[in-house]
Amino acid sequence: MLKHQVLVVGGGLAGLRAAIECAGLGVDVAVLSLLYPVRSHSGAAQGGINAALANMPECKDDSPAKHAYDTVKGADFLADQDAAEILTTDAPARIYEMEHWGVPFSRTPEGKIAQRPFGGAGYPRTCYAADKTGLYILHTFNEQAVKHRVKVYNEWAALALASDGARNHGLVALNLQTGDIAAFAADAVIFATGGLGRVYKRTSNAMQSTGFGMAIAYRAGIPLKDMEFVQFHPTTIIGTNILMTEGARGEGGYLINKDGERFMQRYAPKAMELAPRDIVSRSIQTEINEGRGLPDGGGSVYLDLRHLGREKILERLPGIRDICISFLGIDPIEKPIPIQPGQHYAMGGIDTDKDGATILPGVFAAGECACVSVHGANRLGGNSLLECVVMGQRAGAAAARYVQSVTSAPSEAVVNDALKKTSAEVDALLKSEGKERLVTLRDAMAETMSDKVGIFREEKSLAEAVALLRELRARYRNVGVDAKHRKFNLDLLRTIELGGMLDIAEAIAVGALARKESRGAHSRLDFKTRDDANWLKHTLAYFTPDGARLDYKPVTITKWQPEERKY
Amino acid sequence: MSQTVTLRIYRRDPELDTAPRYQNYQIELTPGLTVLMALYHILENVDKTLAFRSSCRSAVCGSCGMHINGMNRLACETQLAPLGNEVVIEPLPHLPVLKDLVVDMTTFWEKYERVRPYLISLKAPPEKERLQSPEDRKKIDEFIDCILCACCHTSCSTAWWDKEYLGPAALAKMYRFVADSRDEGGIERLKIAAREDGVFRCHTIFNCTEECPKKIPITFGIQEIKKRVLWGKLTGKL
Repeated sequence: MLKHQVLVVGGGLAGLRAAIECAGLGVDVAVLSLLYPVRSHSGAAQGGINAALANMPECKDDSPAKHAYDTVKGADFLADQDAAEILTTDAPARIYEMEHWGVPFSRTPEGKIAQRPFGGAGYPRTCYAADKTGLYILHTFNEQAVKHRVKVYNEWAALALASDGARNHGLVALNLQTGDIAAFAADAVIFATGGLGRVYKRTSNAMQSTGFGMAIAYRAGIPLKDMEFVQFHPTTIIGTNILMTEGARGEGGYLINKDGERFMQRYAPKAMELAPRDIVSRSIQTEINEGRGLPDGGGSVYLDLRHLGREKILERLPGIRDICISFLGIDPIEKPIPIQPGQHYAMGGIDTDKDGATILPGVFAAGECACVSVHGANRLGGNSLLECVVMGQRAGAAAARYVQSVTSAPSEAVVNDALKKTSAEVDALLKSEGKERLVTLRDAMAETMSDKVGIFREEKSLAEAVALLRELRARYRNVGVDAKHRKFNLDLLRTIELGGMLDIAEAIAVGALARKESRGAHSRLDFKTRDDANWLKHTLAYFTPDGARLDYKPVTITKWQPEERKY
Repeated sequence: MSQTVTLRIYRRDPELDTAPRYQNYQIELTPGLTVLMALYHILENVDKTLAFRSSCRSAVCGSCGMHINGMNRLACETQLAPLGNEVVIEPLPHLPVLKDLVVDMTTFWEKYERVRPYLISLKAPPEKERLQSPEDRKKIDEFIDCILCACCHTSCSTAWWDKEYLGPAALAKMYRFVADSRDEGGIERLKIAAREDGVFRCHTIFNCTEECPKKIPITFGIQEIKKRVLWGKLTGKL
């Protein structure tokens, strides 16, 4: 049996940061990752990472407290304010540390880390490295993991936790390269498995962003929090939904409808294109729904960068220019970019405390798969990379403290039982004569989520979505796989993942149906305003075989009383 | 009017097949269809045993490097339409095949690790960020864009035959630090470059530079390291 004190599941920003922390503290840590770590979707983050460094002339009086307030207001007051303050207070130290590790930030004329304006922020607070910030940080963290000799299990898929109900003892995982299923004994497991975008049809997320890590924790009895809050990024390119960074608007890009109008003046007259993402996405969708979208039939408006000029685009936004040329055949120096909102981020996730700990001792989570909650009902751009590095560090440190405090080693019997059970399930799937197939069920799920649990929601369609998703979960019990080989069996892996995706999709829809208000990214056409009297609370979804069972818990309010959001 | 393209795909499961074979798949060309999306179409609708790597599908993760019509490219950003009526898709050359288009990357990552691929600083860092002028930052502009897709490494005819040669990807990573004004790895790094398996194995064939999906001037970087190694030797520092 493979053994580590701490096993980090996921090799993106949060996972690597947690592993580096553990390694630095002398703990035996390993990373188990579905992909080589540098392939993780953190690398697709473009625009930057927020911290009140006050490096730009316009932001001399910026502070972590102001950053926290902007985060809480952007969150439509659903963020836990103590957690938001931790996020923004830890931020400068984490940024300086990354610079010391070699992250190639763009620089001000005097050589400091450059910062750009981002949506919902009172100051230019987003530290950036051209428009490839996530890529550069991810590679730098991978370099630090190499330096710290962190053991990485590359191309392994986590399948299940090994819990006895009172404590976790390890993890069961599938080695994609060999097809073997193996067990790990570990005092602590840290989930850092990223987002769930592939639950939706239109998403900026990678093919591997299935939310399966969330599903593993959920099935082990750990609640998922605030799952109904799903962020739709305003600007993804039409068709493939590849991200066009918010930095494009931060640098001065316009949003234009078919009449050539900068329509944001009707929705957010002060902030214009730099209102928070929930507001901009709703504005774009409203333009499209009311017939002012582009006449291409796909539902889009223009992101126009032409007035920024060639030099600025080449210096600050070279990555998105390349994407436009490769995937649209359009050079944004010469032509506006047709864009549409696309699923981008899960505010919700595995319920954790401020140190990444879950209710199950020995299980931690950090990054997008977790919900602390710092993003509440709507995440500000530039806060997700920040959450990965701040909470990755904190979860790593907390897991290290935990493994030093546990008095007994993980039970190999519990881990072996989990291995047997999971292996039997995978064997059953391989032998199943069930007639249902991956593609049919997945497409039905993704279309249901995009059509009925999207930017605008209402009772009738949400109820239909819940019913449809429950039907799909029932049909999934009759799923089979056609490919029977061992190595790199994508049919098998993706079919296993679909089971988790259906669980999560149902939890999102059930949470959204129950929440009878509009808050942040959860916008109900039948309950158009925020209802603090009844709904200033976090949703907790607990797994049951029949679907999510909901509970609620209060939001931590410290300094800032909820107020109306105006931009 | 619909147009059909034949994808001729390299297939092999070393456990089952004694030799590789090529399998043809017909696919209908739709606007904007990339090689990667065509592979997904086959995986989901035609042949569920096909194996390939992919993740971001937006040319930033480096998973889907493969040999397409004789060139190493990222499948996700390669449009199918301009490639002709028959498109040959093979794994990256000269690495062991795990299955179909999936190669064993072990030696690639070992070489990456051999160049000490991390910023080396001897002095304690300042409390805040180190200062770096925009001009100095610009010097690493292209080389930090490397996504480690291995398109360069597996196009290098020296690396094909000389299994010890560090190869263009590892050396591009080394140059990223050599050229970084903040790095103090200086002589130690150049010692690695100066070894028999280092920069002087590069015969400036330029395959790496030509096949880099990120258009990084890798050959230039390797020659820059050679210059520094030579200067170090001439001045007795190496």
